[in-house]
Order: sequence, then C-alpha cells, then structure tokens
Amino acid sequence: MATPHLLLDRYIDAESPLHAQDARVKLLLTLALVVALALLPAGAWVALLVFALIIWTAVYQAHIGLLRTMRRSLVALPFALVAVTLLITRPGELLLSWSFGPWRLAITDAGVTAFLSVLVKSWLSVQAMLLLMSITHFADLLRALRQLRLPPVLVAILGFAYRYLFIMTDEAQRMLRARECRSAALPGQPAGGSITWRAAVVGRMVGTLFIRAYERSERVYVAMLSRGFNGNLVSLDERPLSPNERGFTLLGTAAAAAVVWASYLFG
Amino acid sequence: MLTVQRLSYRYPDGTPALHDINLQIAAGEKVALLGPNGAGKSTLLLHLNGVLRGQDGSVVIDGLTVNDQHIRTVRARVGMVFQDPDDQLFSPTVFDDVAFGPIHMGLQRAEVEARVERALAQVGMAGNEQRMPHHMSLGQRKRVAIATVLSMSPTLLALDEPSAGLDPRARRGLIELLQELPLAMLVSTHDMRMVAEVFPRTIVLSQGRIVADAATTTLLADVDLLERYGLERP
Amino acid sequence: MNWQNIADGLVLGLHIPDGFLSAPVALIWWVLTIGALALAVQRVGVELNERQVPLMGVMAAFIFAGQMLNFPVLGGTSGHLLGGALAALLLGPWAGVLVMSAVVTLQALLFQDGGLLAIGANVFNMGVATVAIGYLLGMPLLRTFGGKRWGLMLIGFITAWLSVMAAALLTSLQLVFSGLSATVVFPAMIFVHAFIGIGEGLITVAALAFVVSTRPDLVSSLAGFLNKEALQQPVDKRTIGLVTFVGLGFAALAALLSPLASGDPDGLERVAENQGFLERAMDAPYTIIPDYTVPFLGETPLSTIAAGMIGLLILFALMYGLALVLRGRSSDSRTRS
Repeated sequence: MATPHLLLDRYIDAESPLHAQDARVKLLLTLALVVALALLPAGAWVALLVFALIIWTAVYQAHIGLLRTMRRSLVALPFALVAVTLLITRPGELLLSWSFGPWRLAITDAGVTAFLSVLVKSWLSVQAMLLLMSITHFADLLRALRQLRLPPVLVAILGFAYRYLFIMTDEAQRMLRARECRSAALPGQPAGGSITWRAAVVGRMVGTLFIRAYERSERVYVAMLSRGFNGNLVSLDERPLSPNERGFTLLGTAAAAAVVWASYLFG
Repeated sequence: MLTVQRLSYRYPDGTPALHDINLQIAAGEKVALLGPNGAGKSTLLLHLNGVLRGQDGSVVIDGLTVNDQHIRTVRARVGMVFQDPDDQLFSPTVFDDVAFGPIHMGLQRAEVEARVERALAQVGMAGNEQRMPHHMSLGQRKRVAIATVLSMSPTLLALDEPSAGLDPRARRGLIELLQELPLAMLVSTHDMRMVAEVFPRTIVLSQGRIVADAATTTLLADVDLLERYGLERP
Repeated sequence: MNWQNIADGLVLGLHIPDGFLSAPVALIWWVLTIGALALAVQRVGVELNERQVPLMGVMAAFIFAGQMLNFPVLGGTSGHLLGGALAALLLGPWAGVLVMSAVVTLQALLFQDGGLLAIGANVFNMGVATVAIGYLLGMPLLRTFGGKRWGLMLIGFITAWLSVMAAALLTSLQLVFSGLSATVVFPAMIFVHAFIGIGEGLITVAALAFVVSTRPDLVSSLAGFLNKEALQQPVDKRTIGLVTFVGLGFAALAALLSPLASGDPDGLERVAENQGFLERAMDAPYTIIPDYTVPFLGETPLSTIAAGMIGLLILFALMYGLALVLRGRSSDSRTRS
C-alpha cells in the first residue's frame, strides 16, 4: 500500500549548500524573514519583491523545485477569505461599488492594498517555512530547538510525537478505510444513519485509538527502561555555532531589518 | 459474478502496482490469491469494492460497474475483511461493530438485530454481542471481523491473509468456517496448506501481474512455477 | 489527504497563517504561550514521573491522528475533533497543554497549517485555552455530576463545545487586533464554530464514554469522580438526543448573540489603538452595510444582528463553496494509500 508518509514530511533530499547548513542558522534566518514580513507596512511592494527574490533564489539554490514549492505554498490560501473583508472596510478612494437592495458594497484603494499585502505576506511566509522544512531533516530541527534552549521535555515530546505520527495516522487511516468499506447503501433506501450515530461512531474510533496509543506508549516506555532510561533526557554535547555561522545569521537578520526600515522610510 | 478487465493501477507517486489484471469469479467460487509481499494482493482486493480505482480497466460485480454511481451498492455486495482485526473492529462492542454496516444501510432495528444474530451465528460467535473486541483472542476477533461483513449480506468475500498469526486450533476453525460459508471468495494468503484444503482455484500475482490462474491441484504440481514465485508446497 | 486536510482546516479555520497577525499581536501571544508552557513544563516535572514523556509524545501523535477521523455532516462538509477538552479530561491539564501544543507546533512545521510567527497565538488558542476550559470547567462539574452517565456526557459536551468557542473567540480577537474588521470576523467565526463545536462535543462524549467503560484505569484524572458501575452501561439514544438538543440550543443562542457581543466594535478597536497595536487608523466606516445598519430596522441591536448575520452568511457561503471545490479535488487523493 502506498504510504501517506511522503505527504507528512516536507523534506526533499538534495545536495546543496543550504542542505548542509546548520539547522540553527536556517531556523533563525527563517524566523527573521517571517518577522520582517509581518513588520512590513501595507503596500511595501518593493520590500515584498526583495524578500520574494531572496526566497526564490534560495529555493532555486537548494534544488527543491520552484514549482513544487509554489504549489505547496497554496495551503494558507483558504484563510485569505477572512481577509476579504479588508477590501471593503478601509476608508480610502472609492474604486468600485455595487448596490443591491438596501446595501452597498464599496471597494477602496486602501482596502485593495491592505488585502493584497496580507495575501502576499502570508504566501511568502509559507514559502519560507516550506523552504526550511524542505532542506532540514526534522531530527536536525529538533536538535536545533534543543540547542536554542527549548526545554528538553518539549523537544522530547515533539520527537516522540513525530516518531509515532506515522504509526498513529496509518492506524487512523486503516480504521477510516474499514469504515468506508462497510458504508454501503441499498438501492432506493436512505443510507448513512443519523448524524449523532455517525458522530458516536467517530467518537468511539477516537476512544479506541486513544487506548491503543496509550498501550503503545507503555510498551515504548518499557523498551526505554530496558535500555537504561532513567528519566533524564540526555543528549550528546553539541558544538556551538562557529563565528562564521554567527556572522551569517546576524548579517541576514540585519539585512531583513534594513529592508523593513527602508520600507518605512521610503514608503 | 465478478469480472475484472484490463485493470491497471499506479500509486499517486507513479509506482505501478497492478498491470493488466483480468479475472472472473463465478457465484460461490472460492479462489486463493498467492504471491510474495508487495506483489499487489491487497491492492487488488481494495479495487473490488472501489476503495482504490484503477487508472485503466473495469471492475464489474453482479452487473454493477464499480464507479461513483454504484459505489455504495457495491460495498454491500463485496465484504472486505482486513488482515488486522483491530483495524476492522473500531467499535466498543461486538454488536456495535457487526451492526455498523446494516445501520449504515438504513435497515430497521429488528432487521439489524436479526442480521447481527445471524452473522455471529455463522462465524460461531453467537452470544458474544456485548463483549469488547479488546478482551477477545485474535482468533475470535478474526471471526467477528468476518461477521461484520456477513451482516451486510455480501455476495463476495474479499479476505486479506485471514489465517496469519493464528494458533493451530484457531486456524483450523477458520479453515472450517471458510469451507462452510456458501459465498464466493477471493482470499489473499501465504498459507499453502489452507489453499490446498479450501480453494479449488488459485491465482498467483507477481509484481502486479497475474502470472498463473489455474486449478489449485494443477498449480501445486508445477514445481517450477512454485519455485519461480517463492511459493512452498503444502 | 493533503487537500482533505485543507478542506477540513478551512472549515475549522483556527490555524492562523503568517501574514494575518500584526507583529505586536503575534509577539504578545508568544509571551503568553511561553509563560503557559513554562508553567506546564515545571508542573509536569513536579506532578508526573518520567513515564509521561513517551506517553505525552504518543498522545500528541494520537490527537494528530484523531483529528483525521471525521464524519460526514452535510453536503460535503465533515465534523472532526480538535481534541483540547478531550486531552484535558483524559490526561490532566499540564500534560494536556504540552500534548496539544506539540500537536499545533507539528501541524505548523510539517503541514504549514498555521504560521511560524503565528505559532504563539495558535498554540495558545488551540493548546492552552482549550485545555484550560476543559479542565477548569470539567473538574468542578465532575465533582458535582461525575458519578452519573449523563453527567459525564454533559461535561464532555459542554467543555468540548466551549473549548472550541474559546479558541474561535481568541482567534477572532487576535485577527481583529491585527486590523481585520470585528463586525465580520467575530460573528462569522463564532457562528461557524458554534456548529463545529457540536461535532467536537459529540465526538468527545463518545470517546470519553468509551474509554471510561473500557479502560477506566487509564484516566487517572477522572477516576476519582467516576462511578464505574453506572458508567459501564451503554449510553442510550434518548440521552444522546437530549444532550444534542441542549447543545444545539446553546449554539443557536450563541450565534444569535454574537453580533451583540461585538455590538461596539469601535470600542474594541479604540482599545487596540490606544495600546498602539494598530498603526493604521481604525475609524473606518463599515461600508459593507452603510453605518452597519439595515435601513428599515434603524439603529437598533436587531439591526446590528441582521447586518452581522448577512455578513457572516456571505462569508459562510464563500467558505462552503471553496470547501466543496477542494473536496472535489481531494476525492481521488483521499482514496489512495
């Protein structure tokens, strides 16, 4: 059976200088980029273009496929609907207006600018995230989080969660499939049962999954104990970032800050 | 009753899984499906009730082509039983699980109860309605898993490795159950002794193609063929 | 599965992507989230033993997978679990917070379901607030009604429903503080989630009832309040019907009252402005409906409700349409694997 795992993991194996870069550097720079995008004022098209070019150059350099990244970056698009109202709630010069019945819908230039800015910021942020996840093993990212002083318990939970995600989602999918196979209908007979019954069936599936997960975690724990786990989450000592890596991170962050600053100055 | 014609299937990532599958099964005919792991046995079974749909070819059951229009009806005709009963049994009690199919089909309460009772009796699990799958042996869970589709009155059973992991007694019981059930079946398995005992006809699948489709006795006598596809003589 | 997730996520609408929150708002919720997580990490260390680490990890995977289990509701939309209240009731508050936070973080990292900068807000909404509601409300209720079957059902339903509402409310608040129009965001989010919450409630109730009757030993946080014999019996249809009815009443009421709750959106925005959250002037006229009233109703609360309803119906129709389109695209990808 085909695995859904490929869909769960964004990592794309390729040889590139970006793949080889330390995960801490990549994580911090991505964060700087996303923060910079959030700080940009509405309508800072030049700055947005600069950030877009940076991201696209990196995507190109990393050999992960510009088209694939673009396609995957559409995930946040549906949420844009929430921002549609920006079009019609900003004061500004009237561009378009419709009347129907007692109501009037008016689109202003400021509204269009605000809406498009949110859309582009969101789209670029998603691409930055995709880039990070495409060139960084999840395990490396976890290590980076630990080195960046995230509490070890949290990192360990994320690690276990990631490890068992595949197993649990497989289990859930097999259950769904078993249900689907028996979701039959007779010709000319309304099928599907009541809505509360359907919800109850799912609730019990969730309960079943919970018990199986719990029992699995107990087996995992015993396996850990039998290999000497004593409750302390230890990890190997990690090397600190090299001066070059620090410099690169600082430089990148400063550059992003400069772009933001300039866009306020000249915007 | 079942006709599969020129069925081909590739996974979404492009890996070919089934290639040009042609087969027919008559009413009441019991057929074994052999082949190494990864040959496409489970994939083929999942096509019979339309969980997977081939890019090419067709599957027709009782005159109904498996497509969007007939999919729900087809699922009442083909009883699909998964290898791991824990996947199949997602309800808290045996009753709830065996009743799932009939309730979904919109049957009346009395009819649902009658079907559950009959299905459980057929698999020798009568009187276990209120037990939890959690507290039953693997053999019992396998039987209940079969009952969950028998309650839907299928005309064809599609079983995925039903005897895997069973102890000898439970396996013996299962073999007898399969012999008794008056239904057509297509059963994927590695259990050659069960094949010899239960199934008059055998299909061998290798790398997504049917490489043999013959009477089981003929096939088991073909030492070359068995060797080539890594099969054992019972 | 990918498109499927999106279609579901769209209906749920709680994972805020980057770009929608202004930097100060995102930052404030980062601070709150870090505070909550620090507290949870500390309390987990004190109250639980090391066994909890693999448990919490696997539980996060469970919630993640549990969110995939859906059931058809109406014409192509589906109900599924968020899981905060369930996690609180099954695992206790601190472990619940950590588990839900891990789930939300993984969704952002792996699926880009929710942004990176927005993780602070998203973790707070779905990981901290939902669990807090589930626990703070659930425990006193359990003490009072916990021994009875209908009591557990009601507690499960109410806490689950309210936890979804709390997440929706917080999400709306963050979006409004970031400059989106309160008059549309609030009613729309709350109206939609009033119904999504019912699905959450039903699933939570059924899951709780099942776990409690099968392995009551697993739910240590509940065990003290439960009367096992009473809970062992299966739940009858009439109770489910009653609980659903009460929940529906709740939901309808909230939907009707939601525009009232934001009846003075300018006040909310004035607060935001004073706090310096917004760089843009927010004395915007609500041109979607002039002066935010329906003419023949005048400037009355009724008019506000009507205007809000119209706005959210438009939004709902848009979301629904898009969900259907995405569902169409996902139907073939759903059947693989």
